[in-house]
Amino acid sequence: MEGITSEAFVLGCSAIGAGLAVIAGIGPGVGQGIAAGYGASAVGRNPGAQGTIMSTMLVGQAVAETTGLYGLVVALLLMFVKPLMP
Amino acid sequence: MMSVLNQGIQGTQLLLSGSTDNLGFYIEGYAKFNLFGQTVYITTTHVCMTFVFAILVIFAILANRTIKKADPTKPPTGFLNVIELLVETVDNILVSSMGPKYGPKFANYVGSLFAFLLLSNLSGLIGFRPPTADFGVTLPLALITWVLIQYNGIKYQKWGKLKGLFEPFFVFFPINVISEFATPVSMSLRLFGNLFSGTLMMSLVYGLIKVGSVSLAIAWPAALHAYLDVFSGAIQAYVFIMLTMVFTYNAIGDES
Repeated sequence: MEGITSEAFVLGCSAIGAGLAVIAGIGPGVGQGIAAGYGASAVGRNPGAQGTIMSTMLVGQAVAETTGLYGLVVALLLMFVKPLMP
Repeated sequence: MMSVLNQGIQGTQLLLSGSTDNLGFYIEGYAKFNLFGQTVYITTTHVCMTFVFAILVIFAILANRTIKKADPTKPPTGFLNVIELLVETVDNILVSSMGPKYGPKFANYVGSLFAFLLLSNLSGLIGFRPPTADFGVTLPLALITWVLIQYNGIKYQKWGKLKGLFEPFFVFFPINVISEFATPVSMSLRLFGNLFSGTLMMSLVYGLIKVGSVSLAIAWPAALHAYLDVFSGAIQAYVFIMLTMVFTYNAIGDES
């Protein structure tokens, strides 16, 4: 720990924490992919209902995105608001 | 290559050191004054919201004048067509998700909410910082919606609303209460997170990609704007009103 100020140490750890927090993006990625896949197969079975399927799929995907955004918000807080800074 | 890398590292240091004046995704205060002993700032959010409201009010006045002058015996033309299209779209969305009995009652709130959210989200296109990328805007909106949900739940279900907190049995009471209070938090954070991440990415593109002092962000970021501002903004505005309608309809609890 020679030559590292505690401020720099907290900054580095905050950056690592921000990087770990956005791993939360994996879940919404998988979820949105599944939703899009089922949406595509639903359109394949019933092309007439494409509009309804599309809007339902987009709303579902946007809701599934929320958990990923929580991770993003935590990462942004760590990077810019720096709550851990002494 | 080395200079680009160097610039990138300097940019990262700039981000981490907190001197991010030239990045442009922070909420900036233009003027400050004292109000009841508190220092209050006029921020970018207020400025942009003023523009959005000005556009909406001007549009509403023009629409009102057009509707008053309209002749009901003739088919609509020009601007009147556009107004009718907008009103019918909002009515159709409401009826399709809340049914013909309750849908039209919420047209005022949902329609104006959608107009405000859409214009705010699109205001990033003309160089503003979107007001919805400020948690101080999205939380009140979500709280208004939450009050609407609770009010309608108590109005239409009476004691059933309170009983619903103890279902399936009374042990679930704390969990149900938490999930009631999670609604405004998740709605506001969803809108805020989407818009703020879009704003952040755009300002990183504009501010950090430089060779020497020449910015490389010429013309091509328009493609990113198309996704981050137009697509994402429109989807999030739609999702917000959709969730408002779905939660309110669930709170009404009329299955017929």
